[in-house]
Amino acid sequence: MNVTIVDYNSGNISSVINSFKEVANDKVNIEITSDLNKIKSSDKVVLPGQGSFKSCVDALKNINGLIDTLNEFAISNKKPLLGICVGLQMFADVGYEETETKGLGWISGKVSKIDNQNGKYKLPHIGWNQINIVKDSKIFKDIDNNSHMYFVHSYEFIPEDKNVISATTDYSSNIVCSVEKENIFGTQFHPEKSDKTGLKIIDNFINL
Amino acid sequence: MLKNRIIPCLDVKNGRVVKGINFVDLQDAGDPVEQAKIYSDGGADEICFLDITASNENRDTIYDVVEKTSKKCFVPLTVGGGVRSVEDINKLLNCGADKVSINTAAVQNPEVVVQSSKKFGSQCIVVAIDAKKKGDKWEIFTHGGRNNTGIDSLEFAKKMEDCGAGELLVTSMDRDGTQVGYDIELMSKISSKVNIPVIASGGVGTLDHLFDGIKLGNASAVLAASIFHYGKHSVKEAKEYLDSKGIPVRI
Repeated sequence: MNVTIVDYNSGNISSVINSFKEVANDKVNIEITSDLNKIKSSDKVVLPGQGSFKSCVDALKNINGLIDTLNEFAISNKKPLLGICVGLQMFADVGYEETETKGLGWISGKVSKIDNQNGKYKLPHIGWNQINIVKDSKIFKDIDNNSHMYFVHSYEFIPEDKNVISATTDYSSNIVCSVEKENIFGTQFHPEKSDKTGLKIIDNFINL
Repeated sequence: MLKNRIIPCLDVKNGRVVKGINFVDLQDAGDPVEQAKIYSDGGADEICFLDITASNENRDTIYDVVEKTSKKCFVPLTVGGGVRSVEDINKLLNCGADKVSINTAAVQNPEVVVQSSKKFGSQCIVVAIDAKKKGDKWEIFTHGGRNNTGIDSLEFAKKMEDCGAGELLVTSMDRDGTQVGYDIELMSKISSKVNIPVIASGGVGTLDHLFDGIKLGNASAVLAASIFHYGKHSVKEAKEYLDSKGIPVRI
């Protein structure tokens, strides 16, 4: 099996690579590439993302044909895709970081700044927070409710259809931290930095 | 609920740990990778390496250390010490660091903070503030605490937030190495001045000091070196203690 981590200059992805390689343990081939043909032929795709919503969307656009290829992979062919952090946020129709930017539009909704209640909550939301699992998600197999995950973000995804939400976390309000819509998965937290529980989520995705 | 973080810090010189955990079963007490792994297995919320390599020719040793550690530890790894430029930051991130802390360069050229937070995102840019009390204010020191800049640390903290820093690592030079506790006044003043998380550093000698840093200093995270060295306290003990005192920690 081939799992491809999309390398599209979205910032630092070495931790994502390390964690997938650790879990894959030579049984699964982990490819790190922006090669469209390799993405097309892979079994699963991981879409990481660091920095701003706009910078990540711009970086996707900068690689000719990448967005079309991802659309084909996830929407037409319905193959499993995992978005991490801004990778998840880009599923939305629109994001408001820096400036209003169109997203991939895979899951209707918007990405806006977390309401910090006039400075009551520090931003970015950095550190370990517990997830409240609200629906059975395949990537949460053997993951306990209220498990700790590592977060670092200032913006949150607000999907229109609440049925896609698989977990929330409490920071200022109930923030969506995981979604599942058919073959599309996303986590706002960083499974690659969430110790053994995070690696288990990666393992679940690889074994889908 | 967001938990307060406990961050053990390891001083690394020429690729070797200078002060570290002195466990008998350690194969190589000077190996930063092995030490970091003990911390992360013990429940450390993040790991911090401070590179104190003095000579330029040994500078590259830290990259090798970071690369090896990031393949073994799956909690965030912050690396600081000697970070001068956007290119240095790029190299450390590519080796597997999750965050880079910038000290002297942030003071001398705040543009490094602006550019690197734009390029890599604020989440990986930590500005390290070394401050010493002078009269009724705290002044910024650079070059590992050797040079006094006269800059007011509160104003500088705010400026760094505006430049795009994601977190501030605040060290009291008066308290560093003394084990008498954090400079609580400094921590709480900076924490209320900015909206980004503050990591308290410098002076921890007891578990109560960690409690004070969070409860009185309003720090989001507490960094400590000596207290975890030589097995005085484990990260687990620190967390259980804080938990018993009502501080939210990841256990």
